Amino acid sequence: MAAHAHKLEIFRGLIKFKSNTQKIWGVLLLLSIITAVEVVLGIYKPASLMTPSMSPFEGGFGALLGNIIFSGFIYTKSLNLIFIVLTIIKAYYITWDFMHMRDETKSLRRLVAWTVVFLICYLVFILLQEGGYIESVYTNGYVKRDF
Amino acid sequence: MNSTLVSTGTEEKIWGGGNQPLKSSYGKLMMWFFIVSDALTFSGFLAAYGFSRFKFIDYWPIADEVFTHVPFLHGQELPMIYVAFMTFILIMSSVTMVLAVDAGHEMKKNKVIWYMFFTIIGGAIFVGSQAWEWATFIQGDYGAVQTKGGNILQFGTYKTIDGEEVFKRISVEDFATASHTERVQHENKNGLWFVDESALPAFSVSDVLHGLESHPEVLVRTQTINEEGEKTVLSRAASLEQVKNNGRRYVKGANLEVNEYGTPLFADFFFFITGFHGFHVLSGVVINIIIFFNVIIGTYERRKNYEMVEKVGLYWHFVDLVWVFVFTFFYLV
Repeated sequence: MAAHAHKLEIFRGLIKFKSNTQKIWGVLLLLSIITAVEVVLGIYKPASLMTPSMSPFEGGFGALLGNIIFSGFIYTKSLNLIFIVLTIIKAYYITWDFMHMRDETKSLRRLVAWTVVFLICYLVFILLQEGGYIESVYTNGYVKRDF
Repeated sequence: MNSTLVSTGTEEKIWGGGNQPLKSSYGKLMMWFFIVSDALTFSGFLAAYGFSRFKFIDYWPIADEVFTHVPFLHGQELPMIYVAFMTFILIMSSVTMVLAVDAGHEMKKNKVIWYMFFTIIGGAIFVGSQAWEWATFIQGDYGAVQTKGGNILQFGTYKTIDGEEVFKRISVEDFATASHTERVQHENKNGLWFVDESALPAFSVSDVLHGLESHPEVLVRTQTINEEGEKTVLSRAASLEQVKNNGRRYVKGANLEVNEYGTPLFADFFFFITGFHGFHVLSGVVINIIIFFNVIIGTYERRKNYEMVEKVGLYWHFVDLVWVFVFTFFYLV
């Protein structure tokens, strides 16, 4: 089955495995390490990571744009940002190596990945924005909840 | 003259439909289509979870205080350990699945059989663990009082552990005694046949209040998260006042209506998202079993390709992929 030639390098060619089986175990090792890091961080919760790493910009329209672009650093705790980034890395390796996306044509890769990425970003942005707005109404809008 | 007969005879030409730009089989493409749409369903659920959490950002339960149990280790608080184990099991079964696909490419039937077998076992362990997780969550551990406004009041005391004052939750059963009550559970056989009532709570609010009054060390903890990222503990006077004025009913465990750990929405989303995911794992196991037997009876050996194994493999990896996100957003963040 020569048609099933696998691309055997990960990390943009930094590591090249000898066989597909070896690549699978290598990716498993990577995913296990990432999960272990997540679990250890989740248990110990280092105090230095429990606050956002940047404070919001003050001022006019430029500050607003800055706050939107850097929203991950300004409004999310560093620890949570690390978790989300590690999750996306794990998702990448599961899709690319376990689901063999790496061996598909470029058009199929883009067809699947960009569609999903675009729609999810859209959905998440709208719902989280709205949730934050409702929270501000609850907090500042004379809605009593402490009873 | 036969104008109804359709035979383009142009399969080799670009517009004749004979080309395959994605160089992938029909079955695999359709599996990818399904995965894309299912991924959007799951992200809809997770985004809705984020929406509700943002709505109650300062009142949301802390997952580390909810999922602290590990089977056979009673009474120990071990957050994350069991879910980490579940995650590892699922990733492991993903690995055996991809090894089965690989063995299929090399037409090694026995290897495919064994790897699929391990995949199914991994899936079964995961579903079982999830069922256990649900049962523990439904049963609850400490009990709490729900207020008029739907808030949850939990109980605990300050204990000195390693020279540090730590607030530890204690069970309502440890300080409250159930008083005799005339109230019996309404059953449809001894009253209105069309009205039903769920089991009565073990304690009334006044039982809890009496217990609280006679145990001066017990304090109330509210849902509000303070600047240190911990739940607010009330003073002794405020504790008594909260239970007396606002206490409405005693709750233990979680269901779709109440949740002793905080807002009921947390329990609703937990049941809904992990339930939907668990259903995917279950159907994945069933499909895997079907393909497993097909491999054994040699269906794919006769077909001379194991693409079916690859297709169920795609689905199985997708289930793993979803779990990675559920794990992050439910247990870590």
